[in-house]
Parts: sequence; C-alpha cells; structure tokens
Amino acid sequence: MYGYAGKILRINLTNQTIKVEDLNAEWAKKYIGGRGLASKYLYEEINPKVEPFSPENKLIITTGPLTGTSVPTGGRYMVVTKSPLTGAIACSNSGGFFGAELKAAGYDMIILEGKAPKPVYIAIEDDKVEIKDATHLWGKLVYETTDLLKQEYGDKAKVLAIGPAGEKLVRIAAVMNDYDRAAGRSGVGAVMGSKNVKAIVAKGSKGVSVADEQKVKDVVASKIKIIRENPVTGEGLPAYGTAILVNIINEHGIFPVANFQKAYTPEADKISGETMAKTILTKKHACFRCPIACGRVVRLKDGKEVGGPEYETVWSYGANCEVYDLNAISEANYWCNQYGLDTISTGATIAAAMELYQKGYIKDDEIAKDGLSLKFGDPEAIVGWTIKIGKREGLGDKMAEGSYRLCEAYGAPDLSMSVKKQELPAYDPRGVQGHGLVYATANRGGCHVRGYLISAEISGIPQKLDRFSTEGKAEWAKIFQDLTAVIDSLGMCLFTSFALGLKDYVDLMNAVCGTDYTEETLLAAGERIYNLERLFNLKAGIDPSQDTLPKRLLEEPIPEGPSKGVVHKLSDLLPKYYEVRGWDEKGYPKEETLKRLEI
Amino acid sequence: MIKVKLFATLREGRENEIDFEFFPGINGRFILEKLAIPEKQVAIFLVNGRDYSLDEPLSDGDVIAIFPPVGGG
Ligand code: SF4
Repeated sequence: MYGYAGKILRINLTNQTIKVEDLNAEWAKKYIGGRGLASKYLYEEINPKVEPFSPENKLIITTGPLTGTSVPTGGRYMVVTKSPLTGAIACSNSGGFFGAELKAAGYDMIILEGKAPKPVYIAIEDDKVEIKDATHLWGKLVYETTDLLKQEYGDKAKVLAIGPAGEKLVRIAAVMNDYDRAAGRSGVGAVMGSKNVKAIVAKGSKGVSVADEQKVKDVVASKIKIIRENPVTGEGLPAYGTAILVNIINEHGIFPVANFQKAYTPEADKISGETMAKTILTKKHACFRCPIACGRVVRLKDGKEVGGPEYETVWSYGANCEVYDLNAISEANYWCNQYGLDTISTGATIAAAMELYQKGYIKDDEIAKDGLSLKFGDPEAIVGWTIKIGKREGLGDKMAEGSYRLCEAYGAPDLSMSVKKQELPAYDPRGVQGHGLVYATANRGGCHVRGYLISAEISGIPQKLDRFSTEGKAEWAKIFQDLTAVIDSLGMCLFTSFALGLKDYVDLMNAVCGTDYTEETLLAAGERIYNLERLFNLKAGIDPSQDTLPKRLLEEPIPEGPSKGVVHKLSDLLPKYYEVRGWDEKGYPKEETLKRLEI
Repeated sequence: MIKVKLFATLREGRENEIDFEFFPGINGRFILEKLAIPEKQVAIFLVNGRDYSLDEPLSDGDVIAIFPPVGGG
C-alpha cells in the first residue's frame, strides 16, 4: 500500500498487550483513512450504546493516507471515539507534527482498548512500543508533561497528551499535541483520561512510500502554487490568522454576543485579527508541511510567549462573554491548552453560566467561595473559570459537564447554545441559513467544520449564496459535508479547501497512493463516511429529533445589527435535506441509500 | 455622510475608517476609485451589513464595509 503505513497498533490497556495488525485494505478503499476509516473500525468494534467512559469504549488515534507525505498540510491526525459530551461519534482533528511522526514510525492508526489499572503513557519508537508508568506525569499540565517526555525521548519526539481536565473526565477536555495544537472537540481528552492514558510519544524514522515520486513532486508543486496564489490561503490567513473573521462576521451581524443574546457588537475590532497583528502577535506558526501558516504566537502581558487564540476562541471568550480584551482572551486560551480544554466549549460554557447568573439562576452566595464573578464583560472571570473547570473546582465542577448539563441542572436547558449537547461555534445561524442547517445535522453535534457553509454564504467560495435564503441550501450542505469528510479522511487541513477543489484532492490522493479515484468515487466515499457516522449515532440512541437548534435561534429574531429580525428556518430546510441525503422523512437512511453506498 | 470601514489588507496604507460627503448618485465604484482600491481586491462590499452592488446609488447615512477575499474558521 502506498501512502498508508499499512499497520495498526492495537493496545489493550487492561491486559497491557500490544499487537501490530495489517490495515484492512478493503475498508481503506471504501473509507479512505483518517476520520472515515477510523469511524468504520469504531462502528465495527464497539456497541454504539456503550457508556463513553467505560473500558468498552475505544479511542482511535488515526492518520490519513496523505499524513506525513509532502502534500501541503499533510500533518493531520484525528481522534475518533464515542463522545462523553454528545453520546455521538466524535472525530476531533488536529495539526502540528504528531500525526506525521506517528506515520513515520510506521502506523496508520492506534486503537486504545480497555482501561489501564494505573496511569500510563505509551512510547512509540518505530517498532519498539512500550506501555510505561505515568504516575510522575499524572496531574501535570500539558507543557510540563510534554517537556518531561521530550527530555526523556529527545527533542525529535512528538508528544500528544491530556492535561488535568482530561484526567478529571471534564466532558469538554481536549487531546493536545505539540504543546498547543488541539484535537479539541467533543471531550475526546476525557475518554483518554478514562483509560488512564496520560500521553503518547512518537518517534519515527521510516518514510512514507508513495506510488510515483516524480508525479507526487509535480502534483504537490502545482497544488502549493494554487494555495500560495489564492488570496485567502496565500495572503489573508498568513497575515491575520483565523481571527481575520472577527470583523467580517460581526459586520454581517452574525457574531454571537453574550451567549447569542445579540449578534453584533461595536467593539469587535478590539479583538480582531487585524488588532492582534498590530499588538500582541510575535510570530506565525505553521503545522507540518503547511504553506499557509495560520497559527499565531502571541506575547501575554506577563511576558510569556504562547500559542495565540484562533477566531473561534477570540469569539467564545471575547464577544460571547463580552470581554473585549485580547490579553485576557489569550490567557484563557493558554490555560485551555495547559489544562487540555476545548476553547470553544469552555468559553461558551462560561458564557452560558454568565447568562444563568444574569437571569438569576445562579446566585451570588453560590459563587462567593470561588472568589470570581460571573458578570458578562469581566476579563478576570474568563481566565479564572477556565482554570476552575480544568480542576473541577467549585462551580467549575458543574461547568466541567459542559453548558447543556450545566443549564439543565438549573432547570434552564434552553440557555445552552448547543446542538446534541455540544456548544455552537462563532456564527449565529439565524443570519446564515445553510450554515445553521449544517449545525443542526452535524454528526458530532454543534460544529462548524463538518460543512463550512460560511465559505459560500459569506466569503463567496466557491460561489456566493444568499445567506438569508433557504433555496438550494440542503444540496449545498450535503456537498460540503461529504467533501469535508473526504478532506478529513485524507489527512489534510480543511483550510486548503478555500483554494483547492475536489479535483485537486483526487489528484493528490491518486498520485500518492496510486489509486484510481475519480471525483465521483472520492466524493461518494465522503458520503459513505457521513452515512456511517449517522448510523452509529442512530444506533447510539441519538434520534433525528436531535437534528435541531436551540430554541432561541428558532424563535427569537436577532434583536439588532445588520441581521436584525431574522430567525433560523430549520423546518423549511430539514425535509429537503433528508430527501437530498436519501433518508426517509423521519431522518433514517433508506435501505436503497445504504445499498447504493455499499454500507 | 457616508461612513466607509476598511478591513484586513485594505487597511494597509489607508485609514481604518473614512467619511465621505454624501451627494446624490454617489456609489461604491466612486468610493473605490477615491480610495485607490482596485475592484479585484474587493470580495465583500456591504452596505449596512447587506451585500450591495458597486453601481447602485447610496443613501445618506449608509455605513459601508469593504473586505478583500477572506476565510478562516
Ligand atoms: S492552515 Fe493553519 S491549521 Fe491548517 S495546517 Fe496550516 S497552520 Fe495548521
């Protein structure tokens, strides 16, 4: 097999056994790799009804066939498991360097099974794989854990780790790698914690063999050229990072403020990518083989130089908590990375707590001991509560369950701005109808990277769609969702899709792997993956009534700003979407659809 | 008066916000010309938060936001 390492590392933590297996080539053909192939393994190997924190759940860390190759942004890996936040299938994606190193060590995938009797870490140096005692690392923050392991294994070793949040089963805990890159969403870090696995160290010396070296060279060069010449990937993202979006989204009046109570703020520019570039930015960061370099490095007020916040984080802690202070946001971001927390869900959960406080559900005496306020706009609060969530301390213990369970505990679940219990990201769907449909139907719950329709509805890529219209959006949602499943499964960064199209991904896949995918068959693989995830969720007991949005977004019009007066028209969109997907009117994939997709 | 807000790379060498005196018939194309912004650098042209044509006349009090091609996430 070209592109693929062809091997899986299966580690049973209960019995402390390590097995190397051949990758299932037949499945790889149908499900590509990465997100798709790991979903297939999970689907076949666990009962979707399993309790996410039980030893019967599995945690799969997977690369794609293009991970570790010379393909631009080919450094991605994914964490696939059953989510403790949503109960749905989780697939969290991260860049950095760990994924490429794992591949270089000779593995496409690690499957973690069972539960270690005491804290362990896993050390992988090519064929030498060991389960090691991690008592000395347990309780440590992510940076220190990473430093200690690098001291032991050398600087070339790449480290994936959880922080204290994952250890304490915080349902919004992330898996971190290379210090501050995160497989952030759906609480995958807590599943790793439930297995008593603190970290994985990878060091590899094997290359990835490709089908036709000259062809790969030529195809890669031509795609890099497209990426470099594209104004988004060649100019906007490198210059300003993802926070370039702050002003754009705000000027369209879809920038959620105060837990989605408003959708516009006159203060947005204080926390924009433009302002970041002029103030706290010290340098840019690129993941493995990435010509885009959207990552930011910033200097905090206390002098620390750390990974800077992404757009989503600038929003979740910024406008969503009404804190227009880049230093406080960057500090909250830093503590998320240290404790191993998802910045979207953590910021959004704090915002939900702030609204619970504002509405009188949480009273002053309840938080008196915590010594922190829950007032919108308090910069100390966003930093302080982040740490308390990471430690499960005081009210932070309740917040560690995520915004849905928090709001439900106070009898106000409607104040959680989530879908399938996962916090929504930084775009108010009322002013972007297609994007809202993707929120409602995303297989991992509230999420923007399962079909980023903002690209078409706001940026006009690949073509401009009327953001307020429902016309054609069901079809667009399907194409975006299926194409995203392809890109994730290849092991490339989704941001390449601002410049590249389906044909480019086909070229790259075929050049590296020597396969004969066409645009049609590769996109069909994406559709297959999407449907398989759906089946997992249905079997897990997530019925289609959960394909919905928070009540506020369906019933309360946006109160002010450029998108004033609109609600999300989900009920106009959903029946059409089910039809386009080949699902019955209740939202279950039809027999004939599964047959067509060979599932 | 018409308020024009510039973003991202369009700010390079220009103010972030510029006010224009209103006159009947003033439109986006006139403003781009005055600001020396080539049309191909403009991906999003918003008037009061809504997409708008460069040729259509503006109204007194309009707020304009101009963006180069951008994406993120
Ligand atoms: S575009 Fe950004 S997130 Fe994607 S691989 Fe490059 S640096 Fe990493």
